[in-house]
Amino acid sequence: MLDHATPPGLADRIEEILNDHNGMEGPLLPVLHSLQAAFGHVPQAALPIIARALNLSRAEVHGVMSFYHDFREAPAGRHVVKLCRAEACQAMGADRVAAHAKARLGVDWHGTTATGAVTLEPVFCLGLCACAPAAMVDGKLIGRCDEARLDAVLDGVRA
Amino acid sequence: MKFFIPLDSAAVALGADEVAALILSEAARLDVTVEIIRNGSRGMVWLEPLVEVVTEAGRTGFGPMTLADVPGLFRDLSAHPKALGLVDALPWMAGQTRLTFARVGVIDPLSLAEYEAQGGLSGLHRAMGLDAAGIVAEVTASGLRGRGGAGFPTGIKWKTVADARADRKYIVCNADEGDSATFADRMLMEGDPFTLIEGMVIAGLATGATKGFVYIRSEYPIAIRVMQAAVRIAEDGGLLGPSVLGRGPRFDLEIRVGAGAYVCGEETSLLNSLEGKRGVVRAKPPLPALEGFMGKPTVVNNVISLASIPVILQRGAAFYKTFGLGRSHGTIPLQIAGNVRFGGLYETGFGLTLGQIVDDIAGGTASGRAVKAVQVGGPLGAYHPRSHFDTPFGYEEFGAKDGLIGHAGLTIFDDSADMLAQARFAMEFCAIESCGKCTPCRIGAVRGTETIDRIARGDATAIPLLTDLCATMKSGSLCALGGFTPYPVLSALTHFPNDFAPVKEAAE
Repeated sequence: MLDHATPPGLADRIEEILNDHNGMEGPLLPVLHSLQAAFGHVPQAALPIIARALNLSRAEVHGVMSFYHDFREAPAGRHVVKLCRAEACQAMGADRVAAHAKARLGVDWHGTTATGAVTLEPVFCLGLCACAPAAMVDGKLIGRCDEARLDAVLDGVRA
Repeated sequence: MKFFIPLDSAAVALGADEVAALILSEAARLDVTVEIIRNGSRGMVWLEPLVEVVTEAGRTGFGPMTLADVPGLFRDLSAHPKALGLVDALPWMAGQTRLTFARVGVIDPLSLAEYEAQGGLSGLHRAMGLDAAGIVAEVTASGLRGRGGAGFPTGIKWKTVADARADRKYIVCNADEGDSATFADRMLMEGDPFTLIEGMVIAGLATGATKGFVYIRSEYPIAIRVMQAAVRIAEDGGLLGPSVLGRGPRFDLEIRVGAGAYVCGEETSLLNSLEGKRGVVRAKPPLPALEGFMGKPTVVNNVISLASIPVILQRGAAFYKTFGLGRSHGTIPLQIAGNVRFGGLYETGFGLTLGQIVDDIAGGTASGRAVKAVQVGGPLGAYHPRSHFDTPFGYEEFGAKDGLIGHAGLTIFDDSADMLAQARFAMEFCAIESCGKCTPCRIGAVRGTETIDRIARGDATAIPLLTDLCATMKSGSLCALGGFTPYPVLSALTHFPNDFAPVKEAAE
């Protein structure tokens, strides 16, 4: 186990999730997604249990988990702000918006503010390329997210 | 009153949910009975949220709607400041040839009855009257090529799988639409999911596959939700399950969700990811058509390729083939994005020139400044200058300009764009998203960003080094990520040399 406390009820919940995916072909990604949905991150204590259940080595499970940008080892901040960095958004000033967000929050990409309120993440394309720049805040999509719009959004997620 | 308000991601990102909620509460306040259908988007993103009201004359559009515009919908509609007239008569709609997207924005995406009423399932009915070879022959004759970007003839891929002998075969739909400027897959899945399902069922009949997967990127939460709901409805309606429409073979469909890896849009990497492995690219051969998912023969097709199958079967290969140009047959959903005045999705036969698309249809830039460059085909596509505006939109035609059409996304940049920065981003993106399997991509992309930084500092001797590195990446990479990253880099360097000049005069 790494440096994060084992979430309460972990073993039971993993068991449930593994049962839900019983018989599925190639269940590892759906299992990891379910764990992250349940706990907000993938508790590292779950990996050996998954490995045993799916007849994989711990290294294989770790290898898969670490390959994908979506899976986190540790909880994110209370709010997650994702800003698109891809070309269509760049053409509408996404780099400027990102610089503004970093300065205002005092963090770089993947950073979480000192209060634990906001995690800032890059994303490469939300499919909102004709209403760029695009953002996703706690799962909610935002189009034409210029500096002013972002400020309004950040004002709403300070808690 | 009956309203159509899109559930499409772009409409929602611009406030469609809030507009819908206010229409409901305003109607309650005025004691007006309303019906709200959450449809797909018509593709005119600059008009979103586009609210349609059903009137005696037809579906009348209002957009882009703000909350302040809502009360006016309950007064004299003809006096509404956002009134657009009949949506089907708008030039953007009237100018298109909507075959694959015929129902997107028109129907309730989750009504199987409406789907059938608007021509849905007639392709499948016709397919069920043919044998497997007959279906493959029809798809081959249509000239349909992979709409994901590679442009491989769909019929030939299907024939390979159909001819392969195995106890199990699979249809995998690649809905990992990660390229910037592309959103056709998303719009189709959100706006007309049964078309994709019907296309996959037909692919199953044609090849003997009984199981399908749709691998959707996690960045598309609404598309995932709509597709999952559509699969359940299709199961209840007998379109999917133990016997297709009660008289065909079994076909089951599962929705899978990606996890933020761009490279999983590459078909072999996607297959590994689907199997629960790292999304590392596989060397070919073996072709996925022979050894794909779990080592079994597998069709891997893009969303738009599969969603074009129903109309091909319904109206016939000859009809579909009448559209297009040269070896690019049929229609293509252009996705016009970036710094654009009229951005969105425009389905048309291949063959419009780049200039017609950018200047006439899209109306130039949103900023009103001159168009400097258009990146065609996503992050791995070339940056085209105005001198390429006479290039007709087709696979071979863009290949001849050292570019590609990819998934038909176009990103427009105005004259404030710094093409050296764009070239550097292409390398940086490749470095971030490389699966790590092959050296030219994994290491080359890192060295590429460093080399472009040297050029930016005024070191002109780094330019031949960059060209050489691009040649290595192009010929030495296993897949299109490393192999095509040189397209944006070299096109930026070739067509916009001033941005790479040792002394940037404009900056002095």
